[in-house]
Amino acid sequence: MRDVITRPTRRDLLGAIAGAGVVSVICIEPSRATPASMEAAIRSVVGEASVKKGKVRIDVPPLVENGNLVSLAIDIDSPMTPKDHVKAIHVFNELNPQPNVISVHIGPRAGRAKISTRFRLADTQTVVAIAEMSDGSFYSASADVVVTLAACLERL
Amino acid sequence: MARALINVPKTAKRGQIIEIKTLISHIMETGFRRDNVGKLIPRNIITDLVCTYNGEEIFRAGLYPAIAANPFIAFFTVATESGTISFKWTGDNGFDETASAKIVVE
Repeated sequence: MRDVITRPTRRDLLGAIAGAGVVSVICIEPSRATPASMEAAIRSVVGEASVKKGKVRIDVPPLVENGNLVSLAIDIDSPMTPKDHVKAIHVFNELNPQPNVISVHIGPRAGRAKISTRFRLADTQTVVAIAEMSDGSFYSASADVVVTLAACLERL
Repeated sequence: MARALINVPKTAKRGQIIEIKTLISHIMETGFRRDNVGKLIPRNIITDLVCTYNGEEIFRAGLYPAIAANPFIAFFTVATESGTISFKWTGDNGFDETASAKIVVE
């Protein structure tokens, strides 16, 4: 009977402290987007429509040293006429804290469906661009980027 | 006061596709970073950029924290007529900045 109420051993205590330490570290770690949350963000834009590959070109360096400033250009193959043009361009990422990067709305007056910007990457990951066409179809492309110095989550 | 830089060609031929480049100084604080005592730094970003050509909207962008500090955005438009191209950035904490450029179309 005495064995049941034994006092915790030194090993138990140390284990418990180490465990608590791990838990608190996880709590401080900010939440991150996942490929699943990117999928959800894409679904919220395209709805039930199917997304075809092609027409979209992502121009992003394959290897970046500093994730705080990554140049990005999205170029879409479209005649940009009132009948056949790109309505919107959406860019997503897998592993930043939030899956969205930018959403752009253009029209036939753009003449050319191309945008350039600079964005942040928190980790080595895949970037996805989706173009919404005037006929309601969606086209996408993806690009893999290797990041050596991550952005977004660094402490001051 | 934020400073905005815009690059629009001064003159263009009618129907020519011109590139417009915009750059604005802004911290674009993500809201995911912590300060040295572990407190979350509140989000402070530009959320929208709207561009109008003689009053007609030609470009609208929704920005997220993934956009780098000092947002640079470049896009294209067709030079249809002489007039003014205006830009308006809005964001968190009531951020509001406008800029405009004149273009002469021959």
